[in-house]
Amino acid sequence: MSRMLLTGNYAAGKVLALAGEANRGARGCASGAYPITPQTEIIEVLSDTQFTKGRIVPVESEHSAMGVCIGAALAGARAFTASSSNGLAYMTENVFCAGYYRLPIVLIAVNRTLGPPWNIWVDQGDSLTLRDAPWLQFYSDSHQDLVDTILMAFRVAEDHRILLPSIVAMDGFIISHMQMPVEIPDQSQVDRFLPLCDMPHRLRAESPSTIGGLTWPNETEKQRRDIQSAMERVPAVLREAADSFESVFGRRPDEAVVPFDTEGAETVLIASGTMAQTLRGVIRERRKLGEKIGMLRIKMFRPFPRREVLAAIGGAKRIGVIDRNHSPGSGGIFWQEVAATLQPKHEALVQNYIMGIGGGDVRPAALNGVIDDLTRRSSATDPIWKEVAA
Amino acid sequence: MIADSTHCGSASCDALLRPGNTNCAGCGMSLGLRWLGEALEGNAPYLVIPACCGIVTAGAFPTTSYGAAVAASTFASAPAFASGIASVLAMNGDKNPVICWAGDGGTYDIGMATLSAAAERNENLIYICYDNEIYGNTGGQRSSATPEWVRTSTTARGKLEQKKDIMAIMAAHRIPYAATLSLAHRDDFLGKVQTALETRGFRFLLMLSPCPTGWKSEPQESIELVREAVLCGLFPVYEIFDGRRFRINVRPETTSPNEYVSRQKRYGLATTDPQRLQARIADQWTRLESLEWEFPADPSQEQLHGELSESVAPGKAALSEPPQEFGNASQTSDAESNQDPPQGPLVGRRMKGSADEVRTAAHH
Repeated sequence: MSRMLLTGNYAAGKVLALAGEANRGARGCASGAYPITPQTEIIEVLSDTQFTKGRIVPVESEHSAMGVCIGAALAGARAFTASSSNGLAYMTENVFCAGYYRLPIVLIAVNRTLGPPWNIWVDQGDSLTLRDAPWLQFYSDSHQDLVDTILMAFRVAEDHRILLPSIVAMDGFIISHMQMPVEIPDQSQVDRFLPLCDMPHRLRAESPSTIGGLTWPNETEKQRRDIQSAMERVPAVLREAADSFESVFGRRPDEAVVPFDTEGAETVLIASGTMAQTLRGVIRERRKLGEKIGMLRIKMFRPFPRREVLAAIGGAKRIGVIDRNHSPGSGGIFWQEVAATLQPKHEALVQNYIMGIGGGDVRPAALNGVIDDLTRRSSATDPIWKEVAA
Repeated sequence: MIADSTHCGSASCDALLRPGNTNCAGCGMSLGLRWLGEALEGNAPYLVIPACCGIVTAGAFPTTSYGAAVAASTFASAPAFASGIASVLAMNGDKNPVICWAGDGGTYDIGMATLSAAAERNENLIYICYDNEIYGNTGGQRSSATPEWVRTSTTARGKLEQKKDIMAIMAAHRIPYAATLSLAHRDDFLGKVQTALETRGFRFLLMLSPCPTGWKSEPQESIELVREAVLCGLFPVYEIFDGRRFRINVRPETTSPNEYVSRQKRYGLATTDPQRLQARIADQWTRLESLEWEFPADPSQEQLHGELSESVAPGKAALSEPPQEFGNASQTSDAESNQDPPQGPLVGRRMKGSADEVRTAAHH
């Protein structure tokens, strides 16, 4: 393990390379790689890596990037790639395909506003459009969390009880381009943490079979329910993986939901990504002033950790969900999930705040404004837009 | 558990295309797959099949009509999936061929960018396009492979645009091997698949694939139709090495497409212009023969041409040695006729011997 000052992109590329190399004793690794801001540095790092058994394929589009990953995974390799924004949108068809084929691919999503108009800054709307794909989704809040989550994502995705691909998201620029000190594990540690990738349903020339032929509704129903069952097994498998992570790396990674000061809290804020980091500082200050206030960061968005969210909210009376994303005609996407989790049993007021759209900088003052609004509120209203950009 | 809900399969590896499949009677793909299976000679392939009739051929889960490892890909992605598979096979020392089996929609249209990119990277895979000149799976709509004047469900008055020249496009990628396959010329077909299997890098094979439901033709005439298409010059049978060396394998006997056209109701009498079709064929052959003349697959032929046609091919270096290959028996008849440089629209001046004799000469 060595501590380095790295951009989030570089760290992500480095960890993908370590994970790929860790499969040299099995079928190796492969990636279809295509550049897009702000993700590009990741594929540059990968393309510059000498693998014992691996290949980075420089494709012509994100659609093919995922296509190469699918082919590689079908042939038994550990497969991964990265993209952002319109690249993820262009990749979408094959993103669904990878999930329905139960291929444990890891995709790094560097969150960027979907265009047009063209905007390169952070907004979670790109990876959240993939929320209905059969993929796990994790939103990291720091460089270290990003590194840890990528390793955890491979471990959980490749577990035979799961066999579903996984998205690990980071905030564009705020994490991708900022340099921060981060612990990068040694190859030997990654080798110990990640078992060799064993795809039970990989294609084998010697035993003819067809993957992806025609199915009738009854078979399709079964396949979709199998996926749902696998999703429901994720929290337990994630916990096991965290135990193993702790024994190998000597620290415990953040899990699905990260509560902060929720004990006895009457007001609970919910956020994700780096906004949650800023929010934690604000909550700490207001706690010092005696306010019964806490927060939770939702790190795992798929499967949505309903039990963990309910447990963390406890008996809070007011819930404020802050979204750096927007589903037109509805509201924030984390809010939709939280509201669906709490209703109809929970009595709490749930208010949505949409902030930082298009990469607007969410500062403590703006978050204090949200808390002021929420604590004064006796009933919820439609999602509230807090425009933070100057 | 996973295999149960995603794979169709059987442990026995019999024919590449098993009996009882769902293909229509007279479908060119059926014979194409059978011959492909024969040419493979037990060399178990990985097939990647995009959305097209070829994946419907597999039939309904949990059975499959394919005696091979098959991945269904999304429509535009066959070469990308295959690139991933081929990469992993290579790094693990697996020698099994990776073959894309795709229709014209997935090749000429939606898969064009993916195909071009895989060809540019010279991925180690074989791409076979069974070209029925139509979106057959969806009931017969135009594609960019649909010939001019042909009526489809989206070109009721006949298509206005010409068919895309996919072979020229693939040749422009300078891939090691590209060839056209005729279902009426079995030895030529098998020989070319063999050549493809023995070549490394990206290989592209184009097979004209009759579709009786789309072509409005009789199923029992499918092979005859391909023969007509070849012998009237509409579907040239040739191969291209490294994108720059050409060999014509079968030469037309006539330039009249009437026999071919009149046996398919997709060519409407009111919409087809036989004179212009004939002129198009002639143009196509002028170009192809010029290319073969200038850039023959056999380098000795190139030298020979340099000697014999300096006035027609300016800039050719003079021969330093006499053309000894001239005495090669199997090439003689063809070489003699090749002494004439191309002279505008072809009028059946080349055809000597049967197609398969020419083929034999070219391959052995």
